[in-house]
Amino acid sequence: MNELSRRQVLKTGAALAAVTAFGIGTLLSRDAFAAIEQLTLVAPAKPGGGWDQTARSMQEVLQGAGIVSAVQVENVAGAGGTVGLAQFANRKGDASAVLVGGLVMLGAILTNKSPVSLKDVTPLARLTGEYEVIVVPAASDLKTMADLSAKLKADTGAVSWGGGSAGGTDHILAGLVAKAVGADVTKLNYVAFSGGGEALAAIVGGHVTCGVSGLGEFEAQIKAGELRALAISSPERLAGLDAPTLKEAGVDVELANWRGVFGAGELADADKKTLLDAVDAMVKSDGWKKTLETKGWMDTYLAGDAFSSFLGEEETRVTAVLKEIGLVS
Amino acid sequence: MGTLDALLQGFAVAFTPAHLMWSLVGVTLGTAIGVLPGIGPALTIALLLPVTYHLDPTAAFIIFGGIYYGAMYGSSTTSILLNVPGETGSIVTAIDGHVMAKKGRAAAALATAAIGSFVAGTLATIGLSFVSPIMVKIALLFGPAEYFSLMLLAFVTVSALLGSSILRGMTSLFIGLAIGLVGIDTQTGQARFTFGLLPLLDGIDVVVVAVGLFALGEAFHVAFREARRPEEISSVTGSLWMSKEDWSRSWKPWLRGTVLGFPLGALPAGGTEIPTFLSYLIEKRLSKRPQEFGQGAIEAVAGPEAANNAAVAGVLVPLLSFGLPTSATAAILLAAFQQYGIQPGPLLFTSNSTLVWALIASLYLGNLMLLVLNLPLVGLWAKLLLIPRPMLYGGIMVLSMLGVYSLKNSIFDLWLLIGIGGVGFLMRQFEYPVAPLVVGLILGPMAEEQFRRAYAIAQGDMSVFVTHPISLLLLILTAACVIGPAVLRRRKVAAA
Repeated sequence: MNELSRRQVLKTGAALAAVTAFGIGTLLSRDAFAAIEQLTLVAPAKPGGGWDQTARSMQEVLQGAGIVSAVQVENVAGAGGTVGLAQFANRKGDASAVLVGGLVMLGAILTNKSPVSLKDVTPLARLTGEYEVIVVPAASDLKTMADLSAKLKADTGAVSWGGGSAGGTDHILAGLVAKAVGADVTKLNYVAFSGGGEALAAIVGGHVTCGVSGLGEFEAQIKAGELRALAISSPERLAGLDAPTLKEAGVDVELANWRGVFGAGELADADKKTLLDAVDAMVKSDGWKKTLETKGWMDTYLAGDAFSSFLGEEETRVTAVLKEIGLVS
Repeated sequence: MGTLDALLQGFAVAFTPAHLMWSLVGVTLGTAIGVLPGIGPALTIALLLPVTYHLDPTAAFIIFGGIYYGAMYGSSTTSILLNVPGETGSIVTAIDGHVMAKKGRAAAALATAAIGSFVAGTLATIGLSFVSPIMVKIALLFGPAEYFSLMLLAFVTVSALLGSSILRGMTSLFIGLAIGLVGIDTQTGQARFTFGLLPLLDGIDVVVVAVGLFALGEAFHVAFREARRPEEISSVTGSLWMSKEDWSRSWKPWLRGTVLGFPLGALPAGGTEIPTFLSYLIEKRLSKRPQEFGQGAIEAVAGPEAANNAAVAGVLVPLLSFGLPTSATAAILLAAFQQYGIQPGPLLFTSNSTLVWALIASLYLGNLMLLVLNLPLVGLWAKLLLIPRPMLYGGIMVLSMLGVYSLKNSIFDLWLLIGIGGVGFLMRQFEYPVAPLVVGLILGPMAEEQFRRAYAIAQGDMSVFVTHPISLLLLILTAACVIGPAVLRRRKVAAA
């Protein structure tokens, strides 16, 4: 009894001390570093999705590391992020908010004929990425990527691809692969599923020939032997995944479903620098590294002008493939 | 006996005071959000994720499970009392449930919904504990062709909702189908009927339409009528509790609803809506008093309410045993598992058996808590209807606006809601049933999507719908539902 209560007292004391130290620490760090008082992170999607999770992780790290005093997340969902983008584009010159976005938004701008594009905002940085994996059910007679490539080339329409929404990352990868193996991209038989789960069921159940999605969606089923990974879209092999890269398998394609942040359009140079510095401080913090690890996100940090020129190249490539698939005229 | 042992261990974990408290927190929160249209369990769990990250995973999942089950209980309450379906799974409940409430039988409707939910939830949780692996195998047999045939079968149920005039019912259904076309086409990514309006790209949300038609339409209708006849005052009449007859009319629908809801919920594209439609149809077909349907038949509340709760448990089957999320809420739960570094899937029951069984055990307890929480309150809830109408309907409108705004924080949705409310008012005024519209809106896009998927995969070969055995079976059932009653009637006439 006595021992227990003493231990409890000690514990409580320690906890109190920790809280106080934390409080003082935050106060100190705020005074010393907080370059920005308030920042709104616009996640152009419903709570729970990739962009929302990115925004909420950023919120935690930016506040936790004392880079920004107060961060709030605002969800403006709809149409592959273009609804949020259109709203954000109205904030010209406003440095108090940043928009989270990524490759899916790039595709959605094109397929939705969005009146607003990434030219109306200021690219700040690419933050994370996830690679795409091509899978077949365990019982499939397609054993390697070469088998799939051959089948695709021989009869493009006979290979049905199960993946996410039309014009999204999965669809883009299927198009790029078909193009790279010399198949007729106009005959690409891509079957769009709304949630990851529905696609997964169709693939495991053998209702489509192969599946394509972010590695995270299929990882458990690959490990359990329900699905066979044919290839991964990363530049190098990934640890823990027994599959070659597309390039190794003779398909010259590399693709990451990247996510990044954008500032408002017509941003003053000083404001842009402040935001870039804040993002840079966030990426270099321990909290961010820990977040990447727990979420299984790849660090693909690329900031400022380098990110802008990457965006330009990505846009050219995506536009070309979406045109060939026939989604964009 | 491995399963039973594991389940008992799960109970041991769930029965600790802390976990019981979290379960109570979950079911209370779930009931509250179920009451609000628009705020569903998916959104709530997503918003709670950062907070619960500091709890241990078992406690967090006990809360989430409670929210999930609780939401279904809560939404039936508002469906019955206020004609405001809190979740899409309770749209069917509103049809007869609200008529019962207006006739002074709110308490009986609420009680059959609560007890039916408890019975179905408990039986389905037992199903979840024991037949998960088999269910997943069956679910995987369903591809786009099978789903399309299932949707066709569900479409037949609309005939049960059409009301007295076929022409009016069909008109309502086709308005729903037309609204369902609005938005980005899933297979090609092209926009349809959006008139260049950005907020329409994602289509018109079923919740906006359902709340507009049911709640606002009703409020406008009452306001219009009350202005003419101010003397009309509603009162609670009849027995407050379920009568002996109510019990005997309810227990079979409860069981049938469970049998329908659980497997359909486990299907990757099943959802909670289709089982409620099918349940309504079956109850109407089997009832000795089909003419009472639409006029406040207790079976029409008991069956669908059991079906939606059983479906909720069904959704957990593919999620836990295959890592397969089949609804928005399941997708969020999957994200929550991953946040703790746990991967649901074929290996979950072995790698994290304590967590899974504690979660399942807490679902049994949560169900019991929900019953205890909801039943004594039934009388209290029913008194809500004694609130003077201007205040009651004013409150309903506030609740509706708040719920719809919380969907997407979109002002556009509010204008849409008011517009649809106007449509609902006119439909009531000219005696068009509103339920077929909502059914068309839910089923239309699903059926189209599945049909085009099946068609694409088969490279344009239409025979897939009859060469797949399950699909063929469903088509035969559909045909039997359409032709059967006519043949039976003719025989009866011939015999007489």
